[in-house]
Amino acid sequence: MKIRTMIRHVREGFKNITRNGWMTFAAVGSVVVTLLILGVFLTLALNLQAFTKDVEAQVQMDVIVQQGTSRSDIDSLEERLKSLSGVKSVQFVSKEDGIQILKEKLKDNADLLTGLELENPLPDKFVVKAADPRDTLQFAEQIRTFPFVDKVKDGKDVVEKLYNVIDVIRWVGGGLVIGLVFTAIFLISNTIKITIFARRREIEIMKLVGANNWFIRWPFFVEGLLMGALGALIPISLIALGYSYAVDAFKNTLIMVLPLEGLIMQVGGFLLLIGAIIGTFGSAFSVRKFLKV
Amino acid sequence: MKQWTHTRSNSLKCLVEDVSKAMIEMQDVWKTYPNGVSALRGIDVKIGRGEFVYVVGSSGAGKSTFIKLMYREVRPSKGSIFVNGFNVEKLKEGKIPLMRRQIGVVFQDFKLLPQLTAAENVAFAMEVIEAPRKKIKTRVKEVMELVGLGSKLNALPNQLSGGEQQRVAVARALVNHPAVIIADEPTGNLDPETSWEIMHLFNKINQQGTTIVMATHNKEIVNTMKQRVLAIEDGQIVRDERMGAYGYED
Repeated sequence: MKIRTMIRHVREGFKNITRNGWMTFAAVGSVVVTLLILGVFLTLALNLQAFTKDVEAQVQMDVIVQQGTSRSDIDSLEERLKSLSGVKSVQFVSKEDGIQILKEKLKDNADLLTGLELENPLPDKFVVKAADPRDTLQFAEQIRTFPFVDKVKDGKDVVEKLYNVIDVIRWVGGGLVIGLVFTAIFLISNTIKITIFARRREIEIMKLVGANNWFIRWPFFVEGLLMGALGALIPISLIALGYSYAVDAFKNTLIMVLPLEGLIMQVGGFLLLIGAIIGTFGSAFSVRKFLKV
Repeated sequence: MKQWTHTRSNSLKCLVEDVSKAMIEMQDVWKTYPNGVSALRGIDVKIGRGEFVYVVGSSGAGKSTFIKLMYREVRPSKGSIFVNGFNVEKLKEGKIPLMRRQIGVVFQDFKLLPQLTAAENVAFAMEVIEAPRKKIKTRVKEVMELVGLGSKLNALPNQLSGGEQQRVAVARALVNHPAVIIADEPTGNLDPETSWEIMHLFNKINQQGTTIVMATHNKEIVNTMKQRVLAIEDGQIVRDERMGAYGYED
């Protein structure tokens, strides 16, 4: 294709945007609304995802060492735990440390523990974290067979329930995002189809005077791309604005939200991509129908 | 004397060859629409270079189908169609635009783009075939003057009368130097006086060498112009006369 022709296509694409004012407005409007809904939901889903990841990361197990195990055996057990591939951290908590921790927890009532230092009933233990928290229960099974291990407290019941809840949240969230993406695709390409339907006469005339199909398609490509991108920029800015307020509002609370920049890059990039792709291909597919003159 | 006969038969042969290289040729063309309507039933016709042909017939006789087959808006159920050397039916998808550039089409409802000016509507047909901009400018002016609208280049279609709009449509059909102009009732929406003006315009174009095929209901025009007349009835050519007449009472 000649450069001059390409320039013409881009120019025509831009011109069509202004020329078919109301139709463009309707199409961009539908892109804005659908992408706004999608974007808001995506923001929630990403935060939820980060939150569940955070909760997951807190899953750990206590490996209780048999009473009376010698120092060197404890050291070799530590080596063995550390050598397991997929284990992120192994932290030794001696009985003395255990008392201290307990005291800190009890604070004002710490005197209840007086005397326990002399005949410490607490065992030595290792706090083990798996690189992937989901492997914790498997590691626990394995570690139970190690020598000098009394028992492994993996909180199996709680962890399994937690994982179930997280899984449901993820599946539902993911399902809704996918559903919304398809709704967005459908709505946007449908609106574009209507705007192109209004111009089928133009396409018909182009065909009759001998334009080849690509010549007809290009301006629609450009136009669709512009409409999609334009339709994405508005929800992106709205979400950025709203989210910056949300970040401020939750600043000093227990609810943790993702930082603004990273989230907007992710959500914005995704919305822009969706808008551009649907705009371009929505136009292309809709034009195809009218090219068969 | 012998010499003369020889020359004479040679030139005759030339003439025959010219006719055989028809601008438009249909061989046993049938068209049945998906809804079962049989629009054309065995059309055989040749239209030579530079001819002016009227296609007449009552509504629903198959005129429009006959016209639309030539620029491949309608595909035949059976038979072959040749337009200026193109085998219309055997054309690859990508070659259809090339074939259409040989043909200028004029419609009853003008089919102008309302948002473009008269000149832009005409220029559009050249832009589409990627003509250089300078050439577009001069050629558009040239044809607009030919159709008598040299002073209305920048008018929008709705600022023009029906006759003027049809002139723009004719200019658009003409702008790419087509070998043939096909017109489907071009005067159907125009008053008698304007119809005559348009008809004279077509005549002028024909005299410059462009083949013209025109479907029409306009009895007066057909009877006055004394050109070749093809009458289509019930999907068949029932009459083909040089210097023919309309031949219907309607």
